[in-house]
Amino acid sequence: MKTLEELKALKAKALQNMGIRDDQAATTRIVVGMATCGIAAGARPVLTAFTEEVAKRQLQDVAVSQTGCIGICQYEPVVEVFRTGEEKVTYVKMTADKVARIVAEHIVNGNVVTEYTIGACTK
Amino acid sequence: MQELSLNILDVAQNSVRAGATLIEISTLESTADHRLTVTIADNGCGMTEQQVQQVTDPFFTSRTTRKVGLGVPLFKMMSELTGGSFQITSQVGQGTTVQAVFCTDSIDCLPLGNMTDTIFSLVTMNCTIDFVYRDRLDEREFVFDTREIREILGEVPFNTPEIATFLREYLQENSIRIHDN
Repeated sequence: MKTLEELKALKAKALQNMGIRDDQAATTRIVVGMATCGIAAGARPVLTAFTEEVAKRQLQDVAVSQTGCIGICQYEPVVEVFRTGEEKVTYVKMTADKVARIVAEHIVNGNVVTEYTIGACTK
Repeated sequence: MQELSLNILDVAQNSVRAGATLIEISTLESTADHRLTVTIADNGCGMTEQQVQQVTDPFFTSRTTRKVGLGVPLFKMMSELTGGSFQITSQVGQGTTVQAVFCTDSIDCLPLGNMTDTIFSLVTMNCTIDFVYRDRLDEREFVFDTREIREILGEVPFNTPEIATFLREYLQENSIRIHDN
């Protein structure tokens, strides 16, 4: 069972990595809509999946964050990806299952997963 | 909403937006009494008496992006459907407390669900806010207080990948409830 004692050891490790990681300097921001509409549609597992996947791959320059209602509630859960120097990409009707592929193809390798984007979504 | 933990996540976002520095969430359940009391208390900006009256109206919201605000009305409805009760107390400059009582023997009572991920999301997405989560099921109790964690971590934020991973596992392993992740 995990105890808070273990946190002390983790802190040292985290501090080492922090030198090379800065939220402000993040080159990629993954933003999950977490208003009533997003949460009701299943945004929470999507958010935790992104947090887990980014941690698992130890992506240092990627920040996962949340926002309120983006205004396209019928497409929730909605995830927006901002990469420095690139146009914003909006993924819609997200599920936790889609997360690994987006992280691998888009976040790591720079290829947008077009079929999950709002442009590919039939109304 | 498929489970109460999602309503709690949603209502707690209001406390975040109210500029709270401390948000206390408790889920206290007595099997013998068939009662679950959920409380979300913050020290945010609070509301006027008039706003408190309006906030349970789905067609009232303080934001300007659109005209509806469903979080609090949905939570109120979920408790009242079970024969429970709902109340909000608030004072400008002091904070707001939302409390809902659920009759757990009602067929309309949703399961509490995955509180671990609700707390995990809140804590890692709002690193500068302190959270206290108190979960009680009969004589068993689990308390999670980010102030203790902040004391250990110092400057290291909760959303640092290795810390976030630890926190989620810590919450899962210490949970007194059975839920699917």
